[in-house]
Formats: sequence, C-alpha cells, structure tokens
Amino acid sequence: MSAPADRIASELTELPVDRSVTMTEPNRRTGTPSGAGIDLEGVGKTYVTDAGNVLALKPTDLKIKPGEFVVLLGPSGCGKTTLLRMLAGLITPTEGVITINGRPLFNERTEQPSRDALGDLGFVFQQATLMPWRSVWRNIALPLETRGVKKAERRERAEQLAAQVGLSDFLDHRPRALSGGMQQRVAIARALAHEPSILLMDEPFGALDAMTRDNMNEMLQKLWMETGKTVVLVTHSISEAVFLADRIVLLSPRPGRVQDIVDVDIARPRTLDTAKQDRFNELVVRLRGQLGEVSA
Amino acid sequence: MATLTSSPAVAAAAVRPRRRRLKDSPALLWVTTPLLLLAFFGVWKLYTVLFDVSPLLLPPPEQVARALWDLLGQDYLYTALYFTLYETIVGFGLAAVVGIALGIILGRARVLERILSPFLVATQVVPKVAIVPLFLLWFGFGATSKIFMAAIIAFFVMMQNTILGIRSIDPGHRDLMRVIQAPWWKRVISLDVPSSMPYVLTGVELGIVFAITGAVVGEYLGGNDGLGALAVVMLSSLRTDLLFATVIVMTLLGFALYAIVAGIRRFAIPWHESSGRTTSL
Repeated sequence: MSAPADRIASELTELPVDRSVTMTEPNRRTGTPSGAGIDLEGVGKTYVTDAGNVLALKPTDLKIKPGEFVVLLGPSGCGKTTLLRMLAGLITPTEGVITINGRPLFNERTEQPSRDALGDLGFVFQQATLMPWRSVWRNIALPLETRGVKKAERRERAEQLAAQVGLSDFLDHRPRALSGGMQQRVAIARALAHEPSILLMDEPFGALDAMTRDNMNEMLQKLWMETGKTVVLVTHSISEAVFLADRIVLLSPRPGRVQDIVDVDIARPRTLDTAKQDRFNELVVRLRGQLGEVSA
Repeated sequence: MATLTSSPAVAAAAVRPRRRRLKDSPALLWVTTPLLLLAFFGVWKLYTVLFDVSPLLLPPPEQVARALWDLLGQDYLYTALYFTLYETIVGFGLAAVVGIALGIILGRARVLERILSPFLVATQVVPKVAIVPLFLLWFGFGATSKIFMAAIIAFFVMMQNTILGIRSIDPGHRDLMRVIQAPWWKRVISLDVPSSMPYVLTGVELGIVFAITGAVVGEYLGGNDGLGALAVVMLSSLRTDLLFATVIVMTLLGFALYAIVAGIRRFAIPWHESSGRTTSL
C-alpha cells in the first residue's frame, strides 16, 4: 500500500474532514496485504416502514484499501450495522454502488449480490451463530461444504484454522461446551474458512466480558497481521476501535451518516500497554468528545 | 467452562467428588414407579374392600390381574392388537407426512398460513368423535375409517410443531447461510432440517399418542375389530375385569409406541437439551 494513488484512497466526501494526516507508515506485518479493496460510492439506505421512510444511512463515499483495518464506530442507530450488512450483501442499498475488489457487489438489474464478490467476504456476527448440532470442526468447515471441498480436506483446513484461533484441542467438541469467547473464535475461524480476502465483523466481541474482550482483540490483531486480510469491524467501544483500527470511521445517528474519519497512527503490534500511551488516550478523548457532540 | 488450570491434586483436595444424588440419577424412576404403582393398587384394593364395591363396577386389582392373564392367552387379543397397531401406524404415518410437509410449507409462507389457518383450526375445533359416524359412512366399518380418524387427530399437532420449528430457526443462522452462499437445498439439509428437528420430534411424540386415541375411538364407535371394539364387547358382556384388562393392553401399546418415538429423539438430536429427558405430555 505504497502507491501515491492510495493517498486519495482515504478520501471521504460526505463531510469536510481533516485529511492532513494520511496513512501512517505501513505497519509491521508479516502477512502481505492479500485483502481486496472496498469502494463505496454514494451508498445509502432508506427503510420504508408504515410510519414513513426512515433514512438509516445517508449516501456515503468510502474507500477501503486492501489489507486495511477499518473500524466503524458510533452509537446505536448510526447505521454502522446497516453499512456492514450492505457490504456483506445481506441488505440491498437503496442508492449507490459498492465495489469489492473492482467488481460491483450487487447486480444492478436483479439487486442480488454477485457470487464472485461474496466469495471474497467472510462475516462474523455479533452472536457466534454456531450450529449446536455440529462439532466445532464441522462448524468451521461449513463454508467449504457449499464449495464442494472434500471431507478430508475440510478437516485439514479446519485443523489449521482452529490452530490459528487457539482451539486445536476442541475440534470435536460441541459448541455448547465452549465459553462465549471460544465460540466467537470458532465463528472467526469459520469466517476465514474459504479464505476470503475481506473479513466483516459486526460487534464480534460485544457480548463478551471485558477481560475476554481484551484477549480477543489481541488475537484478532495478531490474526490480521499474519494474514493481511482487509477487516471492517463495527463497534461502539471507543477503546476497542483505537486499539484495532488503522482508520476509524465515526458515524453519528439520526440520520446515520459519516461524521469523521480518524487515522490511528499508533505502531503495531499494539498491546494492553498501548492503552497507557498518550497518543492512545488523546485519540480516545477526541473520539469521546466527538461522540458526545452527537448525543448532546 | 472446564478449563480449570489447577492441578488435579489441588482440585481433588478443594472439591470433594460429589456423590451422585438419587434425585439426579436416571435410576430414580426405577424406584419411584413401582412404589407409586404399589400405592395405587393398594388404595384401589382398600377401596373395594372397605366400601364393598360390586366387582361389576370396580373389580379388585387381583381380579383384573387374573383377567389380564387370561386375556393374554387368547388369540383374539393379538388379532385385535395387530388391527389397532396397523390402524395407528398407517394413520400416524399419513398424518406425519401430510402434517410435516404442510408445516414446512406454511412455516415458510406466512401469507398462505394466514389464509388457511381458519380452516386448519376448524378441523381441530370440530369435536372429532362427532365426525366418526361420517367417516364410517364414507369409508365403511373396516380399517380405513379408523386410519383416517387416527390421522386427523394426529395431524394437527405435528403440523403446528413443524411450523413452530421452521419459524424458530435463528435469523442469524439464515444470514449465515446467505453469507456463505448456500444454495437452497444446502440450507434445507444443513439448517432447516436439523434446526427444526426438536420441534418436529415433539410433534411426532404427541402425534403417535393422538393416533392411538383416534384409532381406538374409531373402533369404539363402529366395526368389530381392534382393541376398541374388544372393549365394547367386554362391556356389553358385563366383564368389567376384562374391560380393565383391555384398557391396560391399550395403555401398554401406547407406552411402547411412545417409547420408540422418544428413543428416536435421543438418537436423532443428541445435541439438543431435550434429549436428556422425555417430553411430558
């Protein structure tokens, strides 16, 4: 991600934004960015309800570079989940175009997501959504089944993925026997099973306790640095956003819109001690202030 | 979670292995059931003695036991048993196929369900005993009318539970299947079927019991075959003890069929919370 053209990749036209800080030095990463880029042009969503139209997300432009870690941060009702679900092809935008790795996500005529583009995506839900009747490894390998991968190969791939998320000892357990954090690890492994270049995460750790959450954030950062995926993660936790993100897209509610985009120029790998740094706290305070304006 | 990291020795010292209490043990029923039965027969016997009840109204337990023993030696019992079993199973099978299929369709198509539900409910609120004469008229005094009786009583509960099962599929799981681009058949096999299975099996458990009821009620009201007709014969020949014995045979038949279906549940959905215990009716 060194080409000068990438500098404008951080462009966002919704609001005048302080763009003086562009991408910081490329972070130290063992994995080269394998991820695909995401390009949003005027993407908006209006829900038609009995009580009238509800603008969930104002038309938004956003470019996400391959291998970038972008966090969508905002209070509830700011359209962050709507935005993420549109990226996953689960919701059709009412306007605008989403492009995944150069290919439009939605077929313009049918408004259905294209199979090719979806193949580049892995999705982690807020709930682990594991299937209780399947063992851990068969949960992980589920996306491979729809792709006609042979059983032996599925098992092998599941073993690799389980090792990556630290669950090698639990391959044949049922999800019910796992803690919340471990279940979410399985969900992450499953999202990575078909080797998508983009990982979309909808408040993946929102239901976990604070300590588990810290662990999961560190694990996710490690995973991201090793694999070079593009990650788009939704959260309402400011510290989580600052800990994980290359860039934070700050959204505000009623109607949902992008309020600001903040580069997080803190070196990686970030650790729990990172939270003691001045820069970390500066960013947290700044973001909290901006979020405060919104709710005030 | 079972990720205690303390050494086994420490763990053993800290937590004494708890003795498995009787109240959690599966052996509990093996103790309580005979005791309760014994108490039941005791009260029964006591009542007949104390109040000098005529054996015609309520024969004492030992007389019923003797009658049952006699009955078990008769060929006509097994003919009747076979007949009732046949009607029950065919009627149940019919109800299961139609009920589950309709349940899947109506579970998916909410509009269709809304349109059809008054009629489906109507088939249930009609006192079913009242339509038996109609069935006899249409299908004769043979097995067919009883099969339909069994089917119509058993069908609704299986359909309702299937609808509930399809509706109860986690929306997150549906989203997941979309995100991984599962084709419709994959979604049916990997999500719809396993996810709704606990509900469907609950319906099936209830359905088999209802099917026996339907078959026996049909036999009571018309025809000469089956356990229901046998009970009518015992009654009209004033053999109350044999009537009791016949009812006991019906009960045992019901238990056997229920046990088979409940066994299927444990086998089919070992992952589900319900598999540890049977559904209470």
